[in-house]
Amino acid sequence: MSKDIRIKKGLDIKLVGVAEKNTTKSSQSSVYAVKPEDFHGIIPKLIAKEGTEVKAGEALFYSKSDARILFPSPVSGKVVAVIRGARRKVLAVKITADATQTYKDFGTKDASAMSAEEVKNHLFEAGCWPFVKQRPFDVVANPNQAPKAIFVSAYASAPLAADLDYTLAGKEVALQAAITAVSKLTEGKVHVSVGAKANSPLAKLTGIELHKVSGPHPSGNVSTQIAKIDPINKGEVVWVITPQDLVVIGELLLTGKLNLTRTVALTGSQFSKPHYVTAIAGATIATVTANNLKDDNTRIISGNVLSGKEVKADEFLGYYDNQITAIPEGDDYEFFGWNKPIFNKISTSRALTFSWLTPNKKYDLNTNTNGEHRAFVVTGSYEEVFPLDIYPMQLLKACMYKDIDEMEALGGYEVAPEDFALTEFICVSKQPHQKIIREGLDLMREELG
Amino acid sequence: MSLKQNLHNLKEKYKGTKMAPAFNAIHTFLYLPNEVTHGGTHIKAADDLKRTMNIVIMALVPCLLFGMFNAGYQHYAAIDSSLRTDVLANFFTMDNFWIGIIKVLPLVIVSYGVGLLVEFIFAVIKGHEVEEGYLVTGMLVPLIVPVDTPLWMLAVAVVFGVVIGKEVFGGTGMNILNPALTIRAFLFFAYPTWMSGDKVWVYDAVNRTGTADAISGETILGSYAQNQEVVYSTFDKFMGFIPGSIGETSTFLILIGAAILIFTKIGSWRIILSAFVGAAVMGLIFNQVVAADIITDSSKFYGLMNTPWWEHLTIGGLAFGAVFMATDPVTGSQTNKGKWIYGFLIGFLSIMIRVFNPAYPEGVFLAILLMNVFAPTIDHYVVQANVKRRLKRTKVKTA
Repeated sequence: MSKDIRIKKGLDIKLVGVAEKNTTKSSQSSVYAVKPEDFHGIIPKLIAKEGTEVKAGEALFYSKSDARILFPSPVSGKVVAVIRGARRKVLAVKITADATQTYKDFGTKDASAMSAEEVKNHLFEAGCWPFVKQRPFDVVANPNQAPKAIFVSAYASAPLAADLDYTLAGKEVALQAAITAVSKLTEGKVHVSVGAKANSPLAKLTGIELHKVSGPHPSGNVSTQIAKIDPINKGEVVWVITPQDLVVIGELLLTGKLNLTRTVALTGSQFSKPHYVTAIAGATIATVTANNLKDDNTRIISGNVLSGKEVKADEFLGYYDNQITAIPEGDDYEFFGWNKPIFNKISTSRALTFSWLTPNKKYDLNTNTNGEHRAFVVTGSYEEVFPLDIYPMQLLKACMYKDIDEMEALGGYEVAPEDFALTEFICVSKQPHQKIIREGLDLMREELG
Repeated sequence: MSLKQNLHNLKEKYKGTKMAPAFNAIHTFLYLPNEVTHGGTHIKAADDLKRTMNIVIMALVPCLLFGMFNAGYQHYAAIDSSLRTDVLANFFTMDNFWIGIIKVLPLVIVSYGVGLLVEFIFAVIKGHEVEEGYLVTGMLVPLIVPVDTPLWMLAVAVVFGVVIGKEVFGGTGMNILNPALTIRAFLFFAYPTWMSGDKVWVYDAVNRTGTADAISGETILGSYAQNQEVVYSTFDKFMGFIPGSIGETSTFLILIGAAILIFTKIGSWRIILSAFVGAAVMGLIFNQVVAADIITDSSKFYGLMNTPWWEHLTIGGLAFGAVFMATDPVTGSQTNKGKWIYGFLIGFLSIMIRVFNPAYPEGVFLAILLMNVFAPTIDHYVVQANVKRRLKRTKVKTA
């Protein structure tokens, strides 16, 4: 199998508001929050009660399924509130940050001298385990299973995604330390993919299998890369770590501190100055986007426009996110919008839509659905943007009618919801593909483990 | 207050009531709704089902306009056959178009009126939005019936087709059979005398039967099936200056429609191409059978078997069926590989039925309905190949 990955099927969604390559430091939020829902499938058991003083890196809660998996506080301060929803489900743990941050000391480590068990325990202890996610099912990894390989995608192809070559520049030492450590966790290889034309800080690491990726989105999605390099079969598990999380792990090993500061791209047409800022995971959106948003009728998204989460200004940056996108809301009617020729929206068809004439134009898309929800009608269009050897509509339907055998047979182990973001984007019937896949995967996980 | 604001207020007023789907159908016809995304992707591509269906309708418009002229032309040419000597001069006349207006337009109006009424009733009863599927069906139906079809007959058939062909399965997207062809099949089996013979294809021919002014017009397929001489030139057949169902005579305009569907990526080029290939292959086989003297001109199959394979592609409803009916994504094969097989078999079977069923040589609608039923089976085997490939990967690993 070739080491380089080229895909043809896919779609680059080019939007207005690419982040300029300069980074400022966002001011510290007064309140930070860790939301258990960022860690899909985890049922939290609280450790820190309201009023507890915590240091950065001290655990707030642990996973009900495995008490070793700790979820740390990103900052030092006082736990002010535990927000609960229906049936007392924990929605968020809020911490007011101290003016000067203090870090829990986990001790510096020499990764090359550690055993697999030591690495694992260190990641558990410092609350870094949630960075390790697994396929199948796209959830925080089950530490009791042995992964056949570990995948790191350092190529971001999603719309307006943060340029990892820029945000990770200069972090080579931390990345190398992290790679050395996590490579102990698998008998197999650590696959790292970088953009074919890029100058990635990950390209020169040792102890990895390097892959150069080219082609349209979703070439940067880790599922696409897994499918091309070493597809997941029934009974197999692979682990996935993002490069920005590797930096956190690397710095933990080198300094003994858990530092959840990351470089976040502020992108989208509603930012007056799209650029990069540094912020700590769980920061209030308002402090990160301070005075940069154009107007109120804006959709703020923690993450990218395809798979990110809608947030309000007083809500919080997602735990894994390194991007905030702001685009206009589309809550207005459009006269004869369904039949007039369209030049300002993206389409993969040519049904009086003219985006095919201007493949390099950047679009200012809003959140309008451009039509109503319908049953599946059109066929053959999803396949054009879906590079995996899977029948997307058949798998979606299997998830909808909850046929687990069929989900398994059709490739359910190989996908994550984000892989269905493009098919959802182009869906003429406006079906919620990612939600359908998420529910399908949850059902599979419940029934098949 | 603007129209936009007024309609918005009305929408809020009707929200949650029984009338909401009916109102929304009209509202969303005027305005793209103000709905925004929630939960999934925050942006969506420009296409919706209305736009998709609208393209198909636009691709059908040339066939409809031509059919309106042709309705008049066939009528006058049947009375005075000298008109046929200079087709181009005598075709696009206001007299011809007037016959189209009084005969074809009512069929279109009845088809849409009755069909949409049924759709609205179902939407209100079941509380879902009015779906766009009928916009195309309503246009297809008048194009695939003879010009003299009585309006009441069409209305009955449309009610049957929409209710039994589509709504009982759950509406657009859920049906097994193409609704337009279900309507056509209902007409054919319930009122066969109105769907075949040498009278129904020409306006007023039925009324004049038995009088001194009697006229008739046999379709080319009908003539071949009875081993008669065919008087039309290849040019006439290709351009469509021949008797037949209203919209299906002009292969030329159908190909333009096909070009629109393929260019806009709305219709599957795989199905269209493979249907023509399938028909050509079957035509060639029959030509060889004749060439090998297995069948002689005394056989009742001789006329159609001896028709050159390429001519089969231009006569009858084959082209119209392949381009506008077989490509229905709901009832056709859904996998790309399946589409090749599905289209090929439609073409292949159409010509087979055409030849072996001289009593009613128009085989394409039966072939498509048959393949509609088999499309899920084709898809099943195509998908199973993918499943097997996946299983094999596991076995290689463990071996």
